[in-house]
Amino acid sequence: MAKPKIAYVHLSGCTGCLVSLADTYEKLLDILGAVDMVYNLTLADQRELPEGKIDISIVEGSVCLQDEHSVHLIKEAREKSGLVVALGGCAATGCVCNFCRGGQANQPQHESFVPINKLVKVDAYIPGCPPAPEVIYNFCIAAVTGDMDYLKPFMAGEVGGYHCGCDLNTKVIQNSLCMGCGTCASSCPTRAIDMEFGRPSFNNIRCVKCGACAAACPRMFLPVEQIQKKLMV
Amino acid sequence: MAFGNYKEVMALKAKDNAITGVAQDGGVVTALLCYALDQGVIDGAIVAGKSDTPWLPKPVVATTKEEIIAAAGTKYTISPNMAAIKTAVREYGLDKVALVGTPCQIYAARKMQLYPFGARHVGDKIALTIGIFCTENFSYAGLKTIIEDHCKVPVESVKKMEIGKGKFSVKAAKDVAIPIKETHKYEQDGDHVCTDLTAEFADIATGSIGTPDGWSTTFTRTTKGSDLMKKAIAAGVFETKQMSEFAAPMGLAMLEKLENGKKDKAKKHAAERQALGLYVTPGILY
Ligand SMILES: Cc1cc2nc3c(=O)[nH]c(=O)nc-3n(C[C@H](O)[C@H](O)[C@H](O)COP(=O)(O)OP(=O)(O)OC[C@H]3O[C@@H](n4cnc5c(N)ncnc54)[C@H](O)[C@@H]3O)c2cc1C
Ligand code: SF4
Ligand code: SF4
Ligand code: SF4
Repeated sequence: MAKPKIAYVHLSGCTGCLVSLADTYEKLLDILGAVDMVYNLTLADQRELPEGKIDISIVEGSVCLQDEHSVHLIKEAREKSGLVVALGGCAATGCVCNFCRGGQANQPQHESFVPINKLVKVDAYIPGCPPAPEVIYNFCIAAVTGDMDYLKPFMAGEVGGYHCGCDLNTKVIQNSLCMGCGTCASSCPTRAIDMEFGRPSFNNIRCVKCGACAAACPRMFLPVEQIQKKLMV
Repeated sequence: MAFGNYKEVMALKAKDNAITGVAQDGGVVTALLCYALDQGVIDGAIVAGKSDTPWLPKPVVATTKEEIIAAAGTKYTISPNMAAIKTAVREYGLDKVALVGTPCQIYAARKMQLYPFGARHVGDKIALTIGIFCTENFSYAGLKTIIEDHCKVPVESVKKMEIGKGKFSVKAAKDVAIPIKETHKYEQDGDHVCTDLTAEFADIATGSIGTPDGWSTTFTRTTKGSDLMKKAIAAGVFETKQMSEFAAPMGLAMLEKLENGKKDKAKKHAAERQALGLYVTPGILY
């Protein structure tokens, strides 16, 4: 079987997601060995998305609507790719880019930064700011080996499209599902969540809207069969 | 299959008096953690320690036997132990962390091992999971109401609390036992869709149901759990008995009856919630 062709598309991101991918240390070689990386501006000298079909585009960063090139690039990536993956909070939820308001030199008109699903259909989301290296690694290996059971929660509707601590409110607490485990508090990169008497309390000013807490909450989805198969040995 | 996957089930009691003196039941959790720490299997454990508020637990990263023993005993209210996992790895720099928790906290740890969202280099540091059986839990205000309004003792006078034999009992200013029925309305509602009584996904799971006072019913579920337990028993950490010594209606027969009751109730509750149009966690019922 030919190795899947992967493009790493860098939009309005900080490269932290790519560093996180590299942060799998020697396991990075497993990933790079299993794929054909056809485009990655940080790592290789291919300037434009290559001609022809790409299997998977991994997208880091949000899209600046006032930057024509960015809008064009995400559209082109979508057209050429079998799957589009939003890697990291910025691509998946807008993350810190949600706070952009323009008005700064030397492009004061660069004002609206949107998660990529605002412009194109997204097949999978890997939330987090940055996403943990192990999640990226597991995702890549599952994608290459076709482990659909593992991938399913990344698809739209499960972890996809979550936005902030409020997701825990609307999906978990309001559905009377929270049992106070504290996982959300651990997952938050900005310590925006404190556990008060067994329930998460959100500091909305600290929240950067990365989507990690909701994805991590065991009451959002619970991979019982995976746990059974992969860990109970 | 009843009780989830397991390799061995047995009745255990710690031999160390310093532990049995403070432990809830057979001291399995505390004695095993101390043994694992001694052997270098773990370099710390997340347990439910004491806070400044009486009987309000606080997740604690324990790195000494003294700290582990100080956290022994059941607190019947939520201790968000998973909230301390990143602290254990980042601030304490631990490589091999044990997590003690209710079945739902064990799920959370297991999910983090497979899907470590927002948990860079954390999931792989969870070296051991010890689950404690759980029928339900209470909010702190709920627990306080049970103790002060129903048992009519000041919460700060409580030395031990216990649920068993259909009663909620406290050893406090005076010893009181009230029918468990009186406590039902204070249960945390998130528990009502929980199907796991015996911590089915822990390396080792332990609880009181099925064995006499001072003993613990203990399952080893993974190879890791089973190996550790065999070594601990060989090292003389525990007195052991076969579960078959405790015949029906006690022993595993009783545990199975209660487990089935919990699973049936959770399914019924989930169906009711779905009928109301509420979201129920995918995968939670099994
Ligand atoms: C909310 C709750 C409900 C329970 N319900 C049942 C039940 O229905 N049937 C049954 O057989 N057993 C139940 N148990 C378990 C039982 O009470 C004992 O914890 C268990 O038998 C272990 O006893 P031990 O002597 O081995 O533990 P010990 O050596 O006393 O150690 C207990 C360990 O549990 C930790 N712990 C205490 N409270 C909490 C908490 N709230 N959350 C997380 N960790 C905690 C402590 O820090 C300590 O490490 C319940 C426990 C809890 C916390
Ligand atoms: S609360 Fe924390 S983890 Fe959740 S979205 Fe906000 S920053 Fe991310
Ligand atoms: S992660 Fe745990 S504490 Fe946080 S919302 Fe989910 S169930 Fe509640
Ligand atoms: S009943 Fe279930 S959800 Fe509730 S505390 Fe116990 S294990 Fe957690």
